[in-house]
Amino acid sequence: MLERLERFNWASVIDFLPNLGTGLYYTLLISVVGLLIGFILGGIFGLGRISKNKFFYVVSSVYIEVVRGTPVLVQAIWVFYALPLITGYNMASVAAGIVVISINSGAYIAEIVRGAVQSIDKGQHEAGRSLGLNQSQTMQYIIWPQAFKRMIPPLGNQFIISIKDTSLLSVILVPELMFQGRLIASNHFNAVEIYTTVAVFYLVITLSLSYILRYVERRLDIQ
Amino acid sequence: MITVKNLHKSFGNNEVLKGINCEIAEEEVVCVIGPSGSGKSTFLRCLNLLEAITDGEVIIDGDNLGDPKININKIRTEVGMVFQHFNLFPHKSVIENLMLAPMKVRKISKAEARKRGMDLLEKVGLAEKAEQYPSQLSGGQQQRVAIARSLAMEPKLMLFDEPTSALDPELVGEVLEVMKRLAMDGMTMVVVTHEMGFAREVCDRVFFMDEGVIMEEGNPNQIFTDPQNKRTQAFLNKIL
Repeated sequence: MLERLERFNWASVIDFLPNLGTGLYYTLLISVVGLLIGFILGGIFGLGRISKNKFFYVVSSVYIEVVRGTPVLVQAIWVFYALPLITGYNMASVAAGIVVISINSGAYIAEIVRGAVQSIDKGQHEAGRSLGLNQSQTMQYIIWPQAFKRMIPPLGNQFIISIKDTSLLSVILVPELMFQGRLIASNHFNAVEIYTTVAVFYLVITLSLSYILRYVERRLDIQ
Repeated sequence: MITVKNLHKSFGNNEVLKGINCEIAEEEVVCVIGPSGSGKSTFLRCLNLLEAITDGEVIIDGDNLGDPKININKIRTEVGMVFQHFNLFPHKSVIENLMLAPMKVRKISKAEARKRGMDLLEKVGLAEKAEQYPSQLSGGQQQRVAIARSLAMEPKLMLFDEPTSALDPELVGEVLEVMKRLAMDGMTMVVVTHEMGFAREVCDRVFFMDEGVIMEEGNPNQIFTDPQNKRTQAFLNKIL
């Protein structure tokens, strides 16, 4: 086993760092932009799930159920290969990747938002309304700040899942980390060195994120 | 100040209020007593439309709450409510709890809201707790803050929904003391309570509710010493 490990040329990884760096750039770009849009979608459709407006509720429910009920891989391939046949527009792979991550994370974040808002005691809402605050003021000043704090741990979870999901976008030719790794490994036959490095890259991203979120959580926990 | 005519409230098929009629005058303090499930809290919650009215009329200061065109937020600024579980905003400090609604609803300045808030905290004896958070206060202190928070909107009428039921016995007194002073200052109050001592001492009138109606009403002395209705007698026998 040891002898086998010694056969690998770990130093050669350095030569491929620029390519892996490009991959890392796209992975981060798609993660950040996708999750930002996903967060907005999640906020909107999460509130839709608890809305008294029937139309808004049904639209939100259908969106969430369809996305949660289908694999990311299928969603990615559908958006990149099937959707252009319907719309007549070809989408760049990076754009398609952002769309997939946004829509996918948005559905899960919507459920996180719904759960957090519903977990706030009904008395908080009643106290706000009985002081004369209207519905949206009560949401803005009383419910949302409390719900947001409760959302952070599950949001962190979802962010990590979505970041790892970006690796699936290699099948629609997004030049992200996994795509670069596969390209290098198939040309240079150094699968062990490259895929290990790729895995470490993902680990560094997700661990840093966990650390940041824990810091934010502690900062918000002033009481 | 309050006129209630034939008020009905149902939750689905369950009729909780079955025709309530009463008049409450300005500066009057009314205690509502009765067994649990009698509709006391529901009645109180109908007075600021936390529960929608199924049928009948509730008129507060000339505004009919049953009117669909009524601006409910405006009515609620005139009607303060104190809850059994305080319902302070845990993410805001004590003084911020008092400042929020006056600033957002009455649109007064931050400085003005703070000044008014501090005056009220002084009044309930908690000025030194202004910068603390609700979780750092005892139950009795939290409820006094909740009363001050309602008063910050300068309501014409205050509703109390079992304000001392969630408190440890030794903390009940300080809350009742604040309410008593409020009553003496001339606030119109409707108090749902199990504190018979308070009802006796502070209230102008007592409503005994059972099965969704006001079974008997009268001044506290009469209700507690010479109840006419059999249900009132049975209830008072059990708790006194």
